[in-house]
Amino acid sequence: MELTGYGRATPARLDATFAALADPTRRAILARLASGEASVSELAEPFAMSQPAISKHLKVLERAGLISRGRDAQRRPRRLEAAPLAEASRWLEGYRRFWEARFRHLDVLLDELKAGPGRRGRPKRERSSR
Amino acid sequence: MTKIETLQITTPTDREIVMTRVFDAPRRLVFEAFTKPELLKRWLLGPDGWSLVVCDIDLRVGGKYRYVWQHERKGSMGMGGVYREIVAPERIVSTELFDDAWYPGEAVGTVTFAERDGKTTMSQSMLYASREARDGVLKSGMESGVAVSYDRLDKVLATMR
Repeated sequence: MELTGYGRATPARLDATFAALADPTRRAILARLASGEASVSELAEPFAMSQPAISKHLKVLERAGLISRGRDAQRRPRRLEAAPLAEASRWLEGYRRFWEARFRHLDVLLDELKAGPGRRGRPKRERSSR
Repeated sequence: MTKIETLQITTPTDREIVMTRVFDAPRRLVFEAFTKPELLKRWLLGPDGWSLVVCDIDLRVGGKYRYVWQHERKGSMGMGGVYREIVAPERIVSTELFDDAWYPGEAVGTVTFAERDGKTTMSQSMLYASREARDGVLKSGMESGVAVSYDRLDKVLATMR
């Protein structure tokens, strides 16, 4: 399947996303950023970790596209990026789920029509020309 | 009980969405289910809570159709178009435009039905005016799914605080 401009990087991107989420410190960092942007020192505070150690985790999160840097050049606050969660694969998946729900209703309806009165025993012949 | 078939969705070009699915019924019935209002109302539902309350169909070339879905709290959503081609029971080509279209331009839909061993393969291709329009439609379909995902993420994040 081709999805120009969106789907191409998805497998690698998802791998990076899952790898980034595999670490408890990084998940905690994301949890903190979910309530607003924060500087590296603010992020380091709750952890018994040096800033360089935190920076390393931030780099992983940044590479996965899960966080980005804010405009303030002094604080360089990090913020959560929701975009990777909305990858093209998800776009298709949501659309697919929406239609699949409809088609399941159609399956039930067609079963009824097949068994319905007035249809039973009627030869399955096409009326129209091909 | 009918086995649940898999819905295939592809995007063969920048402006298209193509859906393919097999139905365990002869195409005469599938065609009816796609063109008779009393049958469409049974399955062409919106997301949860939305029902198809208006379904007017003038099934001839140049004839119009109109659908309106309604939700008891969220209001209504309408769309319609004109039939360009009708070959019963194998092919329908029609235009499609939502009343409050969130994407630019009219779309053209082509639905085909192919029968084999009593089963029908339905293929529906939607051709949008631009890639932006096509992506807009995909994105809207995604919203419910993603809302659920975000909800889940929020919960996961909440437990980690």
